[in-house]
Amino acid sequence: MAEKDKDREVTIELRGIKKIYKMGDQEVAALAGIDLDIHKGEFAALMGPSGSGKSTLMNILGCLDRPTTGSYKLDGSEVSHLTDDELAYTRNRKIGFVFQNFNLLSKLSAVDNVALPLLYAGVGRSERTQRAMHFIEAVGLGPRADHMPSELSGGQRQRVAIARALANDPKIIMADEPTGNLDTKSTHEIMEIFEDLHAQGRTIILVTHEPEIAACASRQLLVRDGIITRDEGRGVVMDIV
Amino acid sequence: MLFFESVQIALKAIVSNKLRSFLTMLGIIIGVAAVISMVSIGMGVRSNVQSSIASLGSNMLIVTPGASNTKGVRGAAGSRKTLKYEDAQAIKKHIKNIDYVSPTVSASYQIVNGHQNWNSSVMGVTPEYMGIQSLEVSAGSFITQENVDKRARVAVIGTTVATNLFGQENPIGKSIRVNNQPFRVVGLLKSKGQSSMGQDQDDTVIVPITTAMNRLMALTYVRTINVQVSSPDKMDQVEDEIEQLLRTRHKLNGKDDDFTVRNLTSLMETMTQTTTMITLLLGSIAGISLLVGGIGIMNIMMVSVTERTREIGIRKALGATFSNIMLQFLIESITVGVVGGVIGIFVGVAGAKAIAYFGNFTTVVTALPIIVSFAFSVGIGLFFGIYPARKAAKLDPIEALRYE
Ligand SMILES: Nc1ncnc2c1ncn2[C@@H]1O[C@H](COP(=O)(O)OP(=O)(O)OP(=O)(O)O)[C@@H](O)[C@H]1O
Ligand SMILES: [Mg+2]
Repeated sequence: MAEKDKDREVTIELRGIKKIYKMGDQEVAALAGIDLDIHKGEFAALMGPSGSGKSTLMNILGCLDRPTTGSYKLDGSEVSHLTDDELAYTRNRKIGFVFQNFNLLSKLSAVDNVALPLLYAGVGRSERTQRAMHFIEAVGLGPRADHMPSELSGGQRQRVAIARALANDPKIIMADEPTGNLDTKSTHEIMEIFEDLHAQGRTIILVTHEPEIAACASRQLLVRDGIITRDEGRGVVMDIV
Repeated sequence: MLFFESVQIALKAIVSNKLRSFLTMLGIIIGVAAVISMVSIGMGVRSNVQSSIASLGSNMLIVTPGASNTKGVRGAAGSRKTLKYEDAQAIKKHIKNIDYVSPTVSASYQIVNGHQNWNSSVMGVTPEYMGIQSLEVSAGSFITQENVDKRARVAVIGTTVATNLFGQENPIGKSIRVNNQPFRVVGLLKSKGQSSMGQDQDDTVIVPITTAMNRLMALTYVRTINVQVSSPDKMDQVEDEIEQLLRTRHKLNGKDDDFTVRNLTSLMETMTQTTTMITLLLGSIAGISLLVGGIGIMNIMMVSVTERTREIGIRKALGATFSNIMLQFLIESITVGVVGGVIGIFVGVAGAKAIAYFGNFTTVVTALPIIVSFAFSVGIGLFFGIYPARKAAKLDPIEALRYE
């Protein structure tokens, strides 16, 4: 683990996280026991072969899914005991999640999509639109604010999705292969946005298959068969297994 | 989340699927419209029956010849001749608490004035008939007791008869021929228009009962004796007394009665009960279609939830709670119920008016079925929306996002 981060506050703390899927009488351990600390302001990239459990881990980190066993502390408080509605609140306020396939609502305009988390945060209409516009402009899509997702390119859609993840100004941004569906040019634009967000002091965790993208991060984690096998950051390499 | 926002999301979903929303509403529209128009027909029948009974007068007892058919057997034909004019006179003489006793006979005859002729029903009555039927004369006078005593050939005619025989001429004092016998017109009845059953009440000729029985119809018996009792609480007592008197007079000695006394007040109660039952029956049959409409809402909501699984997953991933999603879908189904209900009310009221106009029916639109069926359609939207909405709200965000 990076020495420099040791004294910084831990924002995510995983201990013995397992995710077991029961397929008939067979059990598949998608996560076989993950221990992981993420510090505030860190930019971590998760890498690993297909089927190794990256998405499973991200979904648990993003409070979209619950681990079978293990402890997950977010800002010092345990989330595995939270009710569904408390998890919804956590997803809404503390975490911005970016999906590989954007997951925009096709019947809402770009700006309305961005405003969705604000809607569920109880923000009033005019303030909602104003704040959504701010983030739409921040990702460079001001002129397209009223376009429907079907009228936008893949890269533009992903920028809308990032603006949406930022809407409630969360301290942590998570992204599962955000550039997986994009060409090189769009990939660069998206990565610049993530680097900016990191520079603003946000904690960023993203999953990627591409080493160049992982290189943007300050820390690289390698997942294999449901465990973290390598943790590399700022010149320090730790082979765990 | 604000309630208003949920309403907006729901309305957007309804508008973005216009045809489907309309077809879903159609079930409710038809249901509500059916309830309102069916109940209006039932209420129409009821008001008809009530007003036609009421037009016979209040506190009325009607004595008719022949045994009551309560045992399912009608009296023999001969028993129709058992009620005499003298029975009416005896009732008047011996029984207290009576305002009027009015025996009547009637038959149809050709009425002739010069070259004009007209078929009408001829009623033989006593002067009391005027009070009991609340008749008024617009010219001349009604039949008098003297006319009855003398079997005078005088007649009081209704306006329909007057216009058909005399046109614009004043008929008073003129002579008409009834069954080829000359009668002098002494009075013209004030027009009463159609009865609630659609009969022309002005198409009538009224003559003294004695004249009718002896000179016209050659009858020894009367058709009915109407008795008006002085107060409603004396009805049962007077009814009993009339029965006893007639049994004695007819020397029945324990044999079956050869006459029937009907109490109009209790008849009215029975008829009101019956028509209320009919109304309820019509209403509940229509109500079933409302229920079917509700099941339609549920069906479409289930499809809609399945179709929008991903949308629900996205909303939940962004922080929508159980109640946010629940509210969104409930409001959607309630809105379908409310809008369908409102349209249904308009269609139902218009339908009731159309039935009255084209079907020549009386329909009575009252507030109660409108309120009840509207509340019902909102309730149906709510009830049949709960299950699909719960299903949507309980979706696991990850599974919902994975749904293809
Ligand atoms: N809902 C599920 N039911 C059963 N098994 C599952 C389920 N979701 C994931 N798995 C299994 O868990 C393992 C990890 O899956 P996961 O999606 O996390 O992989 P990944 O690392 O994201 O792969 P990729 O790089 O292809 O996206 C896989 O073996 C997968 O088959
Ligand atoms: Mg994955």
